[in-house]
Amino acid sequence: MAVSELTLAAEQHAHAVTTEASGAVLENSWLLIALPLVGAAILLLGGRRTNSWGHWLAVALPLASFGWAVAALLHMLGAPPEERSYAVPVYTWFSVGGFDAEVSLLLDPLSISFALLITGVGSLIHIYSVGYMAHDDRRRRFFAYLNLFVAAMLVLVLADNYALLFLGWEGVGLASYLLIGFWQHKDSAAVAAKKAFLVNRVGDMGLLIAIMLMFTTFGTVAFHDVFGAAGEAGQGLMTAIGLLLLLGACGKSAQLPLQSWLLDAMEGPTPVSALIHAATMVTAGVYLIVRSGAVFEAAPAAQLTVAIVGAATLLAGAIIGCAKDDIKKALAGSTMSQIGYMTMAAGLGPIGYAAAIAHLITHGFFKAGLFLGAGSVMHGMNDEVDMRRYGGLRGAMPVTFATFGLGYLAIIGFPLLSGWWTKEGIIAAAFESGGAAGMVFGAAALLGAGLTAFYMTRVMIMTFFGKRRWADDAHPHESPASMTVPMIVLAVGSVALGAALVFGYRFAAFLEPAIGAPEHHHAFSMATMLTSWPSLAALGLMVLGVATAWFMYGRREVARTAPRAGLVTAAARNELYGNAINEGLLMRPGQQVARALAAFDTSVVDGLVNGIGTSVRDSSRGLRGAQTGFARTYALTMLFGAAIVVATLAVRI
Amino acid sequence: MSTPLLVTAAPTITENPPQIDYWLLSPMLVVFGAAVIGVLVEAFVPAARRRAVQLGLALAAVAAAFVLSILIVGALPADGPGETLAFGSVAVDRVSVFLQGSVLVLGFVSLLLIAENRRGESAFAAQAAAVPGSEEEREHVMAGSQHTEVYPLVLFALLGMQLFPAANDFLTMFVALEVMSLPLYLLCGLARRRRLFSQEAAVKYFLLGAFSSAFFLFGIAMVYGYAGSVNFAEVAAAVREGGGPLFADGGGRPLLLLGIGLIAVGLLFKVGAVPFHNWKPDVYQGAPTPITALMASCTLVAAFGALLRVFYVPFGGSAADWAPMLWVVAILTMVLAAVVAVTQRDIKRLLAYSSVVHAGFVLTAVVAASPEGLAGAMFYLAAYGFTTIGAFAVVTLVRTHENGPEAGELSQWAGLGRTSPLLAGALALFLLAFAGIPLTSGFIGKFAVFEAAMAAGAAPLVVVGVLSSAVTAFFYVRIIVLMFFADPAETGPTVVRAGLFTGSAIAIGVAATFLLGVYPTPVLDHLLPQPGTEQGESLVATAEGSAG
Repeated sequence: MAVSELTLAAEQHAHAVTTEASGAVLENSWLLIALPLVGAAILLLGGRRTNSWGHWLAVALPLASFGWAVAALLHMLGAPPEERSYAVPVYTWFSVGGFDAEVSLLLDPLSISFALLITGVGSLIHIYSVGYMAHDDRRRRFFAYLNLFVAAMLVLVLADNYALLFLGWEGVGLASYLLIGFWQHKDSAAVAAKKAFLVNRVGDMGLLIAIMLMFTTFGTVAFHDVFGAAGEAGQGLMTAIGLLLLLGACGKSAQLPLQSWLLDAMEGPTPVSALIHAATMVTAGVYLIVRSGAVFEAAPAAQLTVAIVGAATLLAGAIIGCAKDDIKKALAGSTMSQIGYMTMAAGLGPIGYAAAIAHLITHGFFKAGLFLGAGSVMHGMNDEVDMRRYGGLRGAMPVTFATFGLGYLAIIGFPLLSGWWTKEGIIAAAFESGGAAGMVFGAAALLGAGLTAFYMTRVMIMTFFGKRRWADDAHPHESPASMTVPMIVLAVGSVALGAALVFGYRFAAFLEPAIGAPEHHHAFSMATMLTSWPSLAALGLMVLGVATAWFMYGRREVARTAPRAGLVTAAARNELYGNAINEGLLMRPGQQVARALAAFDTSVVDGLVNGIGTSVRDSSRGLRGAQTGFARTYALTMLFGAAIVVATLAVRI
Repeated sequence: MSTPLLVTAAPTITENPPQIDYWLLSPMLVVFGAAVIGVLVEAFVPAARRRAVQLGLALAAVAAAFVLSILIVGALPADGPGETLAFGSVAVDRVSVFLQGSVLVLGFVSLLLIAENRRGESAFAAQAAAVPGSEEEREHVMAGSQHTEVYPLVLFALLGMQLFPAANDFLTMFVALEVMSLPLYLLCGLARRRRLFSQEAAVKYFLLGAFSSAFFLFGIAMVYGYAGSVNFAEVAAAVREGGGPLFADGGGRPLLLLGIGLIAVGLLFKVGAVPFHNWKPDVYQGAPTPITALMASCTLVAAFGALLRVFYVPFGGSAADWAPMLWVVAILTMVLAAVVAVTQRDIKRLLAYSSVVHAGFVLTAVVAASPEGLAGAMFYLAAYGFTTIGAFAVVTLVRTHENGPEAGELSQWAGLGRTSPLLAGALALFLLAFAGIPLTSGFIGKFAVFEAAMAAGAAPLVVVGVLSSAVTAFFYVRIIVLMFFADPAETGPTVVRAGLFTGSAIAIGVAATFLLGVYPTPVLDHLLPQPGTEQGESLVATAEGSAG
């Protein structure tokens, strides 16, 4: 089909009408969630009996979910675009009097894309974990948590209202907490888990308040009803809701200023970093913003804030990634940065939604691949994470090198690979959004592209090229097939998926019924993609970044210990002093405020509460006196009671 | 409900022997038969095999009776509420069958707890007739004597509980009350440990129970004087018409109001509403814990079933008269019991006061005097029954030391969550359900009763209820905090391993508490009138039609 026709068609069905699901596949799409949930329940409740086969069950169930999601997608594609939105009533929680509490799912192009990503990449990482966690005593528990995560994440993206979304949101938070702290014998892991939990509380609070505001304003939290009424509510209120939603998104997606937990979260096992802290959970914020598009359309100030937060995070994450010697933390900085791209695009409005989601999908593949590669390297290097102790690993681990290399090329935006297509989409969208703001966002995206090329090349060179700087007892070896096969599949995705999605607007057109279409598509052709000045600039900056990294780390010897650093490097190594800023700006004044509040609390509030508490307690003690234990007293009480009963009736004579 | 059914409900004297539909009575007859056989078993089966035979018989009878109840409810006519039997003295309708079914299921679970036997040691005294602390008692303990009479006694009590909410005249109801109560008085005095305490509880329960029965009976006499009949249909008709045959001029009102008041005293005593609640903490604490579980679940269901029927059917026409009285009682119950519970230090007493507060919550639904109120109350009772049995089952497992008595003192429960996470987790779930936290059955139950009260214009009552919930939540959560976040006490309790029976009781409690919280729709749909259909009308009639 010609591009222009598709574009036209897309504009005609900009907003799909949600109909009740029909057919066995769609009607039973609650199975998508139920399957992994059952897995988690069996593994957790089954105890040691499931030790020998539990992990295979845990692999099979998300795979089955993936199969179901594919079937649902095929069904959906069979329908005309404007009908590709299905309400799937799961069940009525309860209905009493005039109040109905329904649980139902929304299956539309946006949610099915996420479902496919979560179950697809999720299944691959489950398979990988079979090899990676083979020697762990608590493997069963690990797989139970992974299944729990998949189920909760699916609840998050398939919910058709904010309340159910919040349930999934808390569910993934719980799974993330359990998995970051999985190696709880390590103090650092326990602390990191706690930190992630606490920082996420701040974001969750924002989301919760936003949901409450929606309920008081619209009397409902269902997507359909809220979005329908969003335009009619006051500007100030919508801005408040939008900013609170953004706060929730910042917590979950590690965007400024709630980014600090993500780097510490790398204490979790590497498959967890790949699945939760790179491919899926951390993108939930982007999902929230895109899904709530109607809210942000009604609140331009909040929308602009989203884009600013995204742009700032994409630069901050990239700078942090440039200086980290810990391979996982370098990749985590990169994750922050890439999600920053998506958030920025989501803040541009309809023109950026499709680009944001497309980049989210391809990023899910290449970043998961990079993390699995890092895990494979660590697996062969006695869990060493310091890249200054790597070097020259390409000979020892050819498959890991090849797959990691393809992921690397994808993320730096090597022409025609996945990352190139989708990142170009975001850069183009930023420039085309117009105005000074558009220029600034576009410039930030271009600068980010250069930095990405630099830090990823640095990771690549320090790990796979140069001299061997291994520890004496290191015997690097290639990982088993259960680990390399998922890496190969993800590498294929890293190479080809971008073209498959972007070429011919396929993905954007597919998403449009769900997220709305921009007023005009930017001119699209291979020729313009290769010759427009932003893409040429991006290409140039990419080459510059690669070359700089090559001169700094490829030509020169890499020291086994980190050299003394200049101002900028030191700042980057310290995560741009994010923790110190948190401490200085939030924790210390927070403690001061807390102390002041505590003083107020003890003198005034406690006085009041304690007063009530004390009076309740005192009256409780007094009343206890009536319970003498003597049957005669009880009989007398009953007689008095009878007198009261008769008296209250006697007034009716 | 069609009027003819109401009319035929009144007893008529004919020359033909009455036709009784034994099929509809079969759930009660099965339990009754098994109880009688149980007495014979005591006489003829050798002591060594008695326990197994009695237990098998009791469980089989209760299970069979439950299956029969299910079959009966399936066979009830779809368009009408049900039928009355035996000269209009027993009502078989959706309400009574649901309550009977609940009593049977909860009774089954309680029987599991009663049957728990740890190395020959049950919760019951080896020989109840022996003086506590005497040489004779010691001999019986050494010989491993058992009171297997417990099982037929429980079956008789269950029979009374089945009949109590299904009675369709006041005399039948009184007989049911006594059939239910007398075995319970006995069972309360059979605790294996702290026997004097247990016997004291039994005597107190008996004395006060007799006292309340006297009120009840006196009230019946008043109502009979007013209406000229004890049949619910005829009383209802007399109330609607403003007086029975004797009081055609309408001068009998004081008699009616006095009758309502005195009958209410008898029923409110059984549900344990303030100020008729004093027996509950003492009896719940003194009775063997499995019997406490039976009373806290089944007795409450049966007593509330009777209360609902009395206020909705015979006195349904004078709701304006009795509603203010129930307002007062409900508020007193919710406030006073919640306040007293705050300073309780014994887990069984705490659960007893909690049961009193819950009775207050259910009373708010009774005040609503609507089909929604009826449905809400019934759901609440069934859901609460499972949770409370589970909680008492947990209590039976926490002992002061190996082979010691139960550790009632709450301070000893500190840190239980660290030493026995599963058990403490189960109890935490039950406590959260008591507090009414979403995703537990307690939330749905509270929502249903408060919604019904709200719809009936009893908003102040709901406000009191919510405040009372907040107070009770405080002490439930305090126990959870104590179990999970406090350091274990030095003289910490010993948790005995749950046997098959106790384990099943706890598992059933957990499953029901969770399922009824997550997916209550099948039960609620069964109970609630469907909006927009004829059934909406017919359920009102169920309450009334049970008179017919």
